[in-house]
Amino acid sequence: MDEIKAEFVKTFIRDDRYKVFLTGFENTILITLVSIVVGMVFGIAIAMLRYGFVQIKKRKPVTAVKKIGYVLYFIIDKILALYVAVVRGVPLVVQLLIMAFVIMAGFPNKIVVCCIAMGLNSAAYVSEVVRGGINSVDAGQMEAGRSLGVGAFDTILYIILPQAFKSALPALCNEGIAVLKETSIVGYIAVVDLTRASDLVRSRTMSPLMPLLFIAAVYFACVMILSFGVSILERRLKQGDRG
Amino acid sequence: MIEVKGLKKEFDGLKVLNGIDYTINQGEKIVVIGPSGSGKSTFLRCLNLLEEPTGGEIWFDGTNITDPQNDINKMRQKMGMVFQHFNLFPHMTVLDNITFAPVRLKMQTKAEAKENALRLLRRIGLEDKAGEYPNKLSGGQKQRIAIVRALAMNPEVMLFDEPTSALDPEMVGEVLDLIRELADEGMTMVIVTHEMGFAREVGTKVLFVDEGLIKEENTPEEFFAHPKNERLQEFLSKVL
Repeated sequence: MDEIKAEFVKTFIRDDRYKVFLTGFENTILITLVSIVVGMVFGIAIAMLRYGFVQIKKRKPVTAVKKIGYVLYFIIDKILALYVAVVRGVPLVVQLLIMAFVIMAGFPNKIVVCCIAMGLNSAAYVSEVVRGGINSVDAGQMEAGRSLGVGAFDTILYIILPQAFKSALPALCNEGIAVLKETSIVGYIAVVDLTRASDLVRSRTMSPLMPLLFIAAVYFACVMILSFGVSILERRLKQGDRG
Repeated sequence: MIEVKGLKKEFDGLKVLNGIDYTINQGEKIVVIGPSGSGKSTFLRCLNLLEEPTGGEIWFDGTNITDPQNDINKMRQKMGMVFQHFNLFPHMTVLDNITFAPVRLKMQTKAEAKENALRLLRRIGLEDKAGEYPNKLSGGQKQRIAIVRALAMNPEVMLFDEPTSALDPEMVGEVLDLIRELADEGMTMVIVTHEMGFAREVGTKVLFVDEGLIKEENTPEEFFAHPKNERLQEFLSKVL
């Protein structure tokens, strides 16, 4: 018992080490939340753009202006497809390093760099998840919206997306959890997150058990809270289900 | 009112419509019948461009709607469509299903649309379902609400794509009754159906579509009593 107490004091109390953990926790949460928001916004936007292109492909462009627009849209669609492929094909750590030391080299605030790198990474995954959700919505829904004279964009936004979102929710939840856990790599570019904080403390105290178990418990608790929040949301969206 | 000229439709090389010419006048109730795969549904879906024709023209109220310059959304507001599988929006209440398009398109204010929707629901005896989600309703109720949703836009013409084919037999009657009522009120309509009795009773003209062409067109009495086309005779002998 005394041993545990001594470990505890060494890990958290001495030299105010709890402050290191606190900073780490704050940064982990901050990067996670911003990355999830960035990922969601860009991911849904990418999914909508790409689904919109699938819709537009059905109508052949006739006028010159529309032809130019079509070609532009075609190029954008291909760029987005390439973006998703690249993001999925390159390790996140490598993406983070590229963002920190090449694209945004010299940018002073490394936390912002983390948010952008992780958010854009997440966006690619979110876009695929949402695309899957959109494809799971019955084609008749689009037809019903359009047959009432509602435009393609509004139909996607108000009819298709809410239904797609519901079926994509479990996968989106997984993506949120993945982002939270993946923030543990930001130590690579010297941002102090929870994992980095435990590293710093461990290297001083030379005792790995308590800091590592502690951050493991914190990550776990965060994931639990996140899943609980999503399950409440899921229940609320259930209203329209069969039964 | 709707003039179809040489309408053609191909799906990846498969010719579904091979040049349909037909004119639908105000107040007419056109019933389209034909074997499955004949192109009758495609014909109907081309009328509001849910399927893009690959040839020919469709004129609606003096406008060529197949012209790419034409704003198809404006035209569709005047053409109600009812689907075989209802296609109600499952994430919206019955009331929201009906008011969504008129409000979104700024044709009616929220209050007007709601009042209008409730009036329509009262008419079909489903006013108490306004706050329900579609999954709580029977097939017949869903389809009647789908019809009412289209009516909320005050369309000039209604297109019915096999409106009773997905219903349990005991639900068919209530849906047909509602369509019959609309017909009696003078609504112009085009109905694709397998309900021959209904076709005979409601239609002002009956069309037989086969191999992507209108093979026979006549008044219901003549159409069913003295079919001329051989394929039609064969078809009727099987379904009647």
